[in-house]
Amino acid sequence: MLISKISRLGAQTFKGLSKAPLRIGPKRPFSFVLQNQYLEPLNYKFFSTTATGNSQGNEENQKISVTFFDKDGEQEIKVPVGMSMLEAAHENDIELEGACEGSLACSTCHVVVMDVEQYNKLEDPTDEENDMLDLAFGLTETSRLGCQVIAKPELDGLRLALPAATRNFAVDGFKPKPH
Amino acid sequence: MLINTTNLNISYDYPFHFNGGLALFFRQKTLNPKSDFHSSKALCQRSSMAIFGAMIARAYSSAATRSLRVCVVGSGPAGFYTAEKMLKAHEEAEVDIIDRLPTPFGLVRSGVAPDHPETKIVINQFSRVAHNERCSFFGNVSLGSSISLSELRQIYHVVVLAYGAESDRVLGIPGEDLSGVHSAREFVWWYNGHPDFNQFSPDLKNTDTAIVLGQGNVALDVARILLRPPAELATTDIASHALAALRESSIRKVYLVGRRGPAQAACTAKELREILAIKHLYVNIKQADLQITSADEEEMKSNRIRRRVFDLLSKASSSNQTRPSSGQRELHFTFFRKPDKFLESNDKSGHVACVNFEKTALKGSAGSGNQIAAGTGEYEDLKCGLVLKSIGYKSIPVDGLPFDHSKGVVPNIGGRVLSSRDVDQLEDGLYVCGWLKRGPTGIIATNLYDAEETVGSISEDLKKRGPTSKFASPKPGREGLLQLLENRNIQVVTFSDWEKIDSEERRHGSLSGKPREKLTNWKYLLELTTK
Ligand SMILES: Cc1cc2nc3c(=O)[nH]c(=O)nc-3n(C[C@H](O)[C@H](O)[C@H](O)COP(=O)(O)OP(=O)(O)OC[C@H]3O[C@@H](n4cnc5c(N)ncnc54)[C@H](O)[C@@H]3O)c2cc1C
Ligand code: FES
Repeated sequence: MLISKISRLGAQTFKGLSKAPLRIGPKRPFSFVLQNQYLEPLNYKFFSTTATGNSQGNEENQKISVTFFDKDGEQEIKVPVGMSMLEAAHENDIELEGACEGSLACSTCHVVVMDVEQYNKLEDPTDEENDMLDLAFGLTETSRLGCQVIAKPELDGLRLALPAATRNFAVDGFKPKPH
Repeated sequence: MLINTTNLNISYDYPFHFNGGLALFFRQKTLNPKSDFHSSKALCQRSSMAIFGAMIARAYSSAATRSLRVCVVGSGPAGFYTAEKMLKAHEEAEVDIIDRLPTPFGLVRSGVAPDHPETKIVINQFSRVAHNERCSFFGNVSLGSSISLSELRQIYHVVVLAYGAESDRVLGIPGEDLSGVHSAREFVWWYNGHPDFNQFSPDLKNTDTAIVLGQGNVALDVARILLRPPAELATTDIASHALAALRESSIRKVYLVGRRGPAQAACTAKELREILAIKHLYVNIKQADLQITSADEEEMKSNRIRRRVFDLLSKASSSNQTRPSSGQRELHFTFFRKPDKFLESNDKSGHVACVNFEKTALKGSAGSGNQIAAGTGEYEDLKCGLVLKSIGYKSIPVDGLPFDHSKGVVPNIGGRVLSSRDVDQLEDGLYVCGWLKRGPTGIIATNLYDAEETVGSISEDLKKRGPTSKFASPKPGREGLLQLLENRNIQVVTFSDWEKIDSEERRHGSLSGKPREKLTNWKYLLELTTK
């Protein structure tokens, strides 16, 4: 209970950080609120730090590096732990669609995790995420919804391809690796 | 780019039939009572020619000469995604979106179920597009009655048709016109407050049984609306007339009937999971129907959605209670049945009382890999007082538009409209997107990729033609459109007018604990915008 409350605070802090905050969907508020299975004791500490707005140095520690690949090339960004890839992309002007603004109702935030080892570090998708992935354009074995992938320290160095890029990659012989 | 991905085709996937021009007639009659131009068409065309002449002359001398004038017809997902991508790809483009309704967003407003608010969030993105300084929305402007296609093509460099599919496929079996037999589209427009259907009143009080023909997502939507406790719908944006009728509804049993089996059900797992989760619902799926063949397995192997849908159905079947308790709402999945005729009631003449079904069996069909349902010659009656046919939407052609009547779409290559006179010829500056281009399949997101393809074609064409082309000569665009509509006394609803409607709807809604109360009366909607 306590953990979920703190994660909520964390979520709000991140929302406050974003330039154009995404509106909270009526049924499923921010995904990281729901994904508190990610909150192992370590993350829990990170969240409480963020929520109370402690020192700059700590905040630096909480960021991981994520590289997005799209048709125009690649872009590496720093993503605070706890933030979804959808939000992170939007904060950095990366063109990841998010028609339902993270409420798990559109599948437009589809990303392909480019390394299987990284993919395996993610929690399994919920039934609801799988239901939306069913409809994702150009689904692969390592596809996820960007709004459901939440930054955590183990994911540092994550490489994500946007579906438009995967279409090009397919032409160039890129094959998403299977499980 | 190919947009015909198998996994996207499933959710709103229907074949076609054409039901003649009646629907078009009906629609134009009801929709644009104010402006019937059919009788004076020739006159209008002559006078509009003169206006264009003057306007083109003026445009030459104006600073707007550099603009690429683009008109998108239809403000559903296909229209808005096209506009968004055009604005982004062409800095010189000025994009006008017209819609026959005073309200934008197409089926996101009038199709998507009221209990799916998350799906409608995309409206935020579309509204941002409408607020772009190079984009305008003009509602209450109907292609085919307010303005003709040839007029639009004279005013604009590029015309993209994205006006969806506003008619229905028909079964063509006896009794289809009995009262109590409706298309799912009509029922959906009614509960979603479409202004053409505010007078529609399906009889929900004289029967306890409804039959829904089809097992796609639209079928599941209408079944769910019939079965969900009205108290749960009361906090959605469902039309108040529908909520009142559902509160008094005596319908307790809904049959969802499909021609094929559970391995071929056309819905998605998301929608199925949702209907199965309705509180206190008795769900009936016959164990015998779940026996699958190796051909079924083969079909499912290559289709993740079918596989997951089948698993959900199997699970629901095994967790079934054996019989419903009294008064409990019931959902019956009925497989392997195709409707043969609708039978009239003895007590209520002209009203449906029963559907006669032929049992089917699956047969391999050469080539496609998919099995088809073939009649077995065995028949069965199912009593009911309401039938909703969810067998497919269908687009309606307009004058001067090449149209494939068998498929119900505009013939095109990557969104470029093919001429009807010569199959190798393209219609200059005319493009198509969305359901009108692909048929009524796919989810909202499918239209995003579809728009990408159409805009890609437009960009290529513009590039190929270079600066000396026809696109480089000025066209009146927005100014020309508005002038013409003014001459015809057509009241245009702008996006800020729509925002007045929007806030009024939200205000009304907040009084009754709903996110919005849709205004469904044409006259009132138009009056509101002039306030
Ligand atoms: C009942 C139903 C429920 C659905 N639910 C979902 C869902 O939950 N999730 C999901 O992702 N997808 C859903 N869909 C699918 C989705 O709505 C469609 O993929 C999408 O709306 C198609 O977009 P479109 O722009 O081609 O057509 P439309 O959305 O139909 O837009 C067409 C527009 O053109 C206008 N128009 C029509 N004729 C004219 C004319 N002559 N002149 C000017 N304007 C005209 C109409 O008023 C309308 O605004 C649903 C579809 C239906 C039918
Ligand atoms: S943004 Fe819609 S599912 Fe992720």
